[in-house]
Amino acid sequence: MHDTKAAIAGPPAVMPRKKTHKSLWKRIILNWELYLFIAPAFFYFLIFCYGPMYGIQIAFKNFIPTKGITGSPWVGFDHFVRFFHSYYFWDLLWNTLSISLYSLVVGFPIPIILALAFNEVRNGFFKKLSQTVTYAPHFISMVVMAGMIITFLSPSTGIVTHMIEGLGLKAPDFLTDPRWFKTMYVFSDVWQSAGWGTIIYLAALSGVDPGLHEAAIIDGASRFQRVRHINIPVLIPTMTILLILNMGSLLGVGFEKILLLQNPLNMSSSDVISTFVYRSGLVDAQYSFSTAIGLFNSVINAVLLIVVNQIVRRTSENSLW
Amino acid sequence: MLSGVRETRRDKVFLAFNYLYVFLAFLIVFYPLVYMVSASISDPKAVGSGEMWLWPKGITFDGYKRVFENTSIWTGYGNTILYTVVGTAINLLVTLPAAYALSRKDFVGRNFFMGMFMVTMFFGGGLVPTYLLVKQLGMVNTMWAIVIPSAASIWNIIVSRTFFQSSIPKELQEAAQIDGCTNMRLFVKIILPLSMPIIAVMALFYGVGNWNSYFSALIYLNDSAKYPLQLVLRQILVLQEMAAQGGGAIDASTAAAMNNKAEIAALVKYSVIIVATIPVIVIYPFLQRYFVQGVMIGSVKG
Repeated sequence: MHDTKAAIAGPPAVMPRKKTHKSLWKRIILNWELYLFIAPAFFYFLIFCYGPMYGIQIAFKNFIPTKGITGSPWVGFDHFVRFFHSYYFWDLLWNTLSISLYSLVVGFPIPIILALAFNEVRNGFFKKLSQTVTYAPHFISMVVMAGMIITFLSPSTGIVTHMIEGLGLKAPDFLTDPRWFKTMYVFSDVWQSAGWGTIIYLAALSGVDPGLHEAAIIDGASRFQRVRHINIPVLIPTMTILLILNMGSLLGVGFEKILLLQNPLNMSSSDVISTFVYRSGLVDAQYSFSTAIGLFNSVINAVLLIVVNQIVRRTSENSLW
Repeated sequence: MLSGVRETRRDKVFLAFNYLYVFLAFLIVFYPLVYMVSASISDPKAVGSGEMWLWPKGITFDGYKRVFENTSIWTGYGNTILYTVVGTAINLLVTLPAAYALSRKDFVGRNFFMGMFMVTMFFGGGLVPTYLLVKQLGMVNTMWAIVIPSAASIWNIIVSRTFFQSSIPKELQEAAQIDGCTNMRLFVKIILPLSMPIIAVMALFYGVGNWNSYFSALIYLNDSAKYPLQLVLRQILVLQEMAAQGGGAIDASTAAAMNNKAEIAALVKYSVIIVATIPVIVIYPFLQRYFVQGVMIGSVKG
């Protein structure tokens, strides 16, 4: 019955003002089974999402496994200071931010343009075929994706290397040259997710009032003008929301893929905060230090999300909350 | 879009460029997929030298033969099927009832629960505290470390809740309650049978996610007999453990043998990619409608 109590503590805004306290109780008892329905999810989030939040305190402690979380001694901001003063701090921050921004600048507009283009295709078969094919890479796992990148770009046998050499140029060492890491990461991501990313925009485009287009045609608007002045404005709310969400994860680049593509030679441009947390925390078992770095990362993310959302809220109606 | 409209020249040029653009996008995505299938059944020499670039050359099924002989791939396959089935069942059991409860306007406390769940979208404990928790619960090196810590996703709960709110008539629930039907009966006998589309979408989203995930297995499992397919693939594709390892002085015949071994290793890579991705890619075109539907429901802001 723990969650029933929690529910009472919840916002009173859900009940209409007229109703009395008694009828609130009645409603809770009448629907007691709904609390049973939500119990698994409630306990899941409590234990596996809020539980680790309790564990964050080890960022301010020297965690000693035998003493447990509560028994370990406090050290204040020592781990943060050590991280900020380390020689790799600026490299990690730069790599994380530059990969995110690079992905955003290249990866954000492509699904929008592709969705607008799909929307103008009238041949049903060609439209369906190209959609099915461009969505497909979304279902390829990260490991297979990394395997594909490694085999395609292999300096001796990769097909991309052969193609570049076929043009009479010298292929760069994509996999080991630090200068190529970010490009490789960003463009493989576009290949994998641009098609799937169009769905959300196509959903918005399907809601366009055909009357708008008819009126525009009567006024002599060209196809391009109709796309420019009718379809693009329709997508702006969706774009705004996705942009806010992207800004909120600027420091949370997809490290599952980076971890797979990282090697000692490209480390100088491929090491980001999250891969560093993984290495120092789980490989080297510096629990407290890496928790501190992880906390720094999530606090920046949360602050960015709130700030960007606030800015958007001031300037338009399309904010997240 | 609209038929019977006279196209001006400008429109025709625009349309031509539009088709070209879509066709290019199609080609860029399609080519690597075709190449991999071709490479997996071609003579590794032709693949390595770049002679094979589109259609298979010197057809051989050696790669597949080796994949099927490899026991760790089969164990991995078995483990992945087990984790996917158990994991997806848990995902559905947690997500659907919770989403239904949250969809009910007369559910006292829905805003509290919703708020509590939403916070986790933007803030979490991070990698190390989560790892320590799972370890403390004694789940490390068991299947539970794979399926329980990812039992629900807030995004999928929101998508399901939106479905229940918008696609199940409220009168149905009211009528059932007047007839004295309990919430449990209502959910199992009336709501769920009407919700097959969302159940399919959720099973697919969670199922593909479980099938493709490698990171939780990487951090929580240390017994290689429990590795899912993706971790086995990581060893073969990324860590290249099947590739020939050089070292020391070698004579000509060993060099040739090693070269041969490296070619076989490359062939095995393509075959194993196909074998691991086939289940998802084959069912996907048939279920595409459901996937797309899922994203669309989600995009209606909940």
